[in-house]
Amino acid sequence: MSQTTLLLLLNATVETFYMVIFASIFATLVGLPLGVILYTSRKNNILEHPYLHQLLAALVNMTRSIPFIILMVAMIPITRWIVGTSIGTNAAIVPLSVAAIPFIARIVENAILEVDRGLIEAATAMGATAWQIISKILIPEALPGITNGLTLTIISLVGYSAMAGAVGGGGLGDLAIRYGYQRFDVKIMLMTIVIMIVLVQVTQWLGDKLAKQFSKGR
Amino acid sequence: MITFRHVCKNYTTSGSSVLALSDINLHVNAGEIFGIIGKSGAGKSTLIRCANLLEKPTSGEIIVAGQDLTRLSSSDLRQARQKIGMIFQHFNLLSSRNVYDNIALPLELTGHSRKDIAAIIGPLLELTGLADKKNNYLSELSGGQKQRVAIARALANKPHVLLSDEATSALDPETTLSILQLLKNVRDTLNVTILLITHEMSVIKTVSDRVAILQNGVLIEENEVGEFFTHPKTAIAKNFIASSLLQHMPAAIEEHVFTEEQPHTHPVLRLWFLQGTATQPVISELSHQFDFSINILQANVEYIKKHAMGIMIVAIKGEKLKIQPAITYLKQLGVEVEVIGYVPDNIITFT
Repeated sequence: MSQTTLLLLLNATVETFYMVIFASIFATLVGLPLGVILYTSRKNNILEHPYLHQLLAALVNMTRSIPFIILMVAMIPITRWIVGTSIGTNAAIVPLSVAAIPFIARIVENAILEVDRGLIEAATAMGATAWQIISKILIPEALPGITNGLTLTIISLVGYSAMAGAVGGGGLGDLAIRYGYQRFDVKIMLMTIVIMIVLVQVTQWLGDKLAKQFSKGR
Repeated sequence: MITFRHVCKNYTTSGSSVLALSDINLHVNAGEIFGIIGKSGAGKSTLIRCANLLEKPTSGEIIVAGQDLTRLSSSDLRQARQKIGMIFQHFNLLSSRNVYDNIALPLELTGHSRKDIAAIIGPLLELTGLADKKNNYLSELSGGQKQRVAIARALANKPHVLLSDEATSALDPETTLSILQLLKNVRDTLNVTILLITHEMSVIKTVSDRVAILQNGVLIEENEVGEFFTHPKTAIAKNFIASSLLQHMPAAIEEHVFTEEQPHTHPVLRLWFLQGTATQPVISELSHQFDFSINILQANVEYIKKHAMGIMIVAIKGEKLKIQPAITYLKQLGVEVEVIGYVPDNIITFT
């Protein structure tokens, strides 16, 4: 394998990494609180607010029903407004984050739903504030479930990021399309596939390990 | 320490209104263990959850340690709750924390430093017998140990009051006894007032100073526990006592019993030894004075506080004419007598 090919692959892998990591961070920063609000605003819950819950739930479902490739194109004006351009890895992070936010929000909400309601009751009886219930009870208790969900999201983002590559986002997807598809370079195509597989495997392994760590003693 | 004044609770579900608690008046003295007994659906849980306002009453006042909880702002209520411990049937402990950190939770909520927390938890671990378990996770504990953790957690903020919501209902009898012993010990050493609800008479018997019955959302009979057992005033109270003393006829005999007198039958009596009569030799007196043969079918004597009390089911063979005077004689001694049927003489033997 020539040095240029190697450099191409390395460069693309770093770009994919960059996109996935930053999109995951941004999506979690928004998705985690959103998921918590989705849960706590439910009827008979600590921050009960049925209208807010319905509004957020509708918003989440709406975003999730748009296929990623369409979301990405439709978001170009917003992306341009935020990043200044609609091409490149930085630009790809915007739609990737937006696509992952509702995903993470639902995952967090569902993970917290698994927490025994009796714990909220016990904490309320201790005089805990809503914030204390969220930070000391709900999130720690739901952490293994949240971690598994985040792993799932990150793996999806690896796939999405390849799609982003197809419209000028860079990364492994871009490389595979330009060299593998348009120049019939089977070797590069196969290499990108192998790297993707390794990426997904490593992510899953790390996620499992972390979730196991969080569910220690349960 | 805890006072309920005219407390009512209505639930409205799909248009129809259900009265869960109706005009509850209750006073629990400081340092007392007060038990409320009732069947499931009687409103016990609603009542105890009113005592820290987990359940908001529709009307009435709930005064704990001098404060009317129903009038407090939400931040004052949170502060008041820090001084009201609560334990639950299913423990409600955090699986993400070990024993020590579970007990530390309420102290973290009230902003104690790590050092203070350690100083408070040490003695609590000793009191609840968990010193060697402090680093264990919940999955490594038995039900009784989990309830001990919950008790330690409930005591961490030095509460005036401990509420126990069916705390022993998920435990086996032996563990129940040890938990009740611990509650008694907690009251004696820390002078915590305890309000508990249960559906088990044995819990009341073992640990309560005073007791009240809750039926269909109404408090029916309230009394000191010894009095309650020896002088029950209502039929419901008697039923609860009887059910705790297993007074049913053995099934093999019951199926042959007639309700009316027939030829070749003997009367079956249920004797209630309530007012201290369980210590008298009533049966042998009966046998001597009236020349009866007496066959004891079922008997149970229990000790509540200093009172002995019991229920006995006996079949009597003797002269018919003497039976009524015998019943009168028993009643004079303070033994309550009911004729509960007639058993054919081929079913039981008098030798």
